[in-house]
Amino acid sequence: MAYSNKVIDHYNNPRNVGTLDKGSNDVGTGLVGAPECGDVMRLQIRVNPDTQVIEEAKFKTFGCGSAIASSSLATEWVKGKTVNEALTIKNTDIVKELSLPPVKIHCSVLAEDAIRAAIGDWKKKHAGSEAAAEPVQAKA
Amino acid sequence: MSTTAVATTTNGNASASVKLPIYMDNHATTPVDPRVLEAMLPYFKNHFGNAASRNHQFGWEAEQAVEKAREQIAKLVGASAKEMIFTSGATESDNLAIKGVAEMYREKGNHIITAATEHKAVLDTCKRLEKNGYRVTYLPVGADGLVSLDDLKRAIDDKTILVTIMYANNEIGVLQPVAEIGKICHEKGVLFHSDAVQAIGKVPVNVIKDNIDLMSITAHKIYGPKGVGALYVRRKNPRVQITAQIDGGGHERGMRSGTLNVPGIVGLGAACEIAMNDMPEESKRLAYLRDKLRKKLEDNLDEIHINGTMEHRLPGNLNMSFVYVEGESLLMGINDIAVSSGSACTSATLEPSYVLKALGLGDDVAHSSIRFGIGRFNTEAEVDYVADKLIDTVKKLRELSPLYEMVKEGIDLKKIQWAAEGH
Repeated sequence: MAYSNKVIDHYNNPRNVGTLDKGSNDVGTGLVGAPECGDVMRLQIRVNPDTQVIEEAKFKTFGCGSAIASSSLATEWVKGKTVNEALTIKNTDIVKELSLPPVKIHCSVLAEDAIRAAIGDWKKKHAGSEAAAEPVQAKA
Repeated sequence: MSTTAVATTTNGNASASVKLPIYMDNHATTPVDPRVLEAMLPYFKNHFGNAASRNHQFGWEAEQAVEKAREQIAKLVGASAKEMIFTSGATESDNLAIKGVAEMYREKGNHIITAATEHKAVLDTCKRLEKNGYRVTYLPVGADGLVSLDDLKRAIDDKTILVTIMYANNEIGVLQPVAEIGKICHEKGVLFHSDAVQAIGKVPVNVIKDNIDLMSITAHKIYGPKGVGALYVRRKNPRVQITAQIDGGGHERGMRSGTLNVPGIVGLGAACEIAMNDMPEESKRLAYLRDKLRKKLEDNLDEIHINGTMEHRLPGNLNMSFVYVEGESLLMGINDIAVSSGSACTSATLEPSYVLKALGLGDDVAHSSIRFGIGRFNTEAEVDYVADKLIDTVKKLRELSPLYEMVKEGIDLKKIQWAAEGH
């Protein structure tokens, strides 16, 4: 299978690899996929409680090159966005950016799921507090 | 593969250069040995005759070459030349053996026994027969990859006409107990076919000692050309009959019509003769390289798993799972090395290897597997390069793997509720 140059670039130089403290109140963690399916993504965000801006994003992914690239790209895209802006990122945007072939579309879906799960986790931590005044469905 | 590059390995005491990319997928196919090619070349141009032309020199030369090859092949496996039927390769040989026996012995019974880890050329042929009223038993294998003789004995009934079990597996290289399987078959009056494409020329195969009645052979796994193979059909004790699957001019004693591929057959013969001469030394060398690769990987990486028994195995085969790293991403990191993976992402069906699953491995372990097929033209420097590159890539990908991190933190992955709906 031929990979696009962007996939290869993310695979060779993955952005924002790492781990945030999932116990921290400012951190949202999304863990999606399953080992049996050959894809597991963990995406974490650190959100500024005052501005709701995602100031830091980290990921780790078990999966093929396209899965790694999709999650690496997702961390780049969510950084600097507010949580609600980040929720507008669609898997189709990832497919387009990385030129993913049809058999790899599920990688982009998983990346979108990971963003939503991370934000959902963060919102859950802030449910009831003013910081999360605008609750959005947490689709995990 | 785009470019050819040269790299240097540093394996402690020695440093040698290797040519990239490295081919280490010799269970898929092998390059033609220059000695084989040399033997074939005259039969494309100067001696181009049809082996079935009985009335002129061109035909006689071709026929002579074919009969010499038949001898060479038969000798390698302890058969007589008349028992070799030429085909287009192992898929055709498997089809001819299984369908040919099924059709010929239909009066006697309709039951066939095979194993879950057989090649698709056998499994899909059996599935086709099931649609046509035959019964097929698919024997399971243990974690070692081997069928149980007790299971086999229990599966044979009075309607069983054929047992078809491979000699060596193409993914995990394990050697089935063919001699014992054949013995059981003969005691019960059942024919025994073995797809031996991976074993021939690699380990000693003898149709008499191994109690084999029909055996599939192909040239391209033993440094011969693609598109040519043979089917051994036993002529006595018992005399096996098969129904032809290709009708035509009555070539190959009516069992397989079609003008013979003379250069290909010459190549298959030469490949068998070379394999026979080189096997004792070559198998030792391959086992040494394989064991070196294994040791280097085991010394430098944790959480790795060997698939199938090491005890009964082809010398050049190693099949390992690098747990918590997905196979396709691993192949991407070692893209100057040609090996195979059991990962779903690398298969046409998007399913992980059915062979590894038959061993009882979870899909997650199958996704992490790599098959190394070390062959005649691989060097020790190449093995060192492959080991080093693999170790680096696995380490890098484990840095990236949430699963590896979780396991290192002592989390039991099996107890996690994975959110994987729709996958």
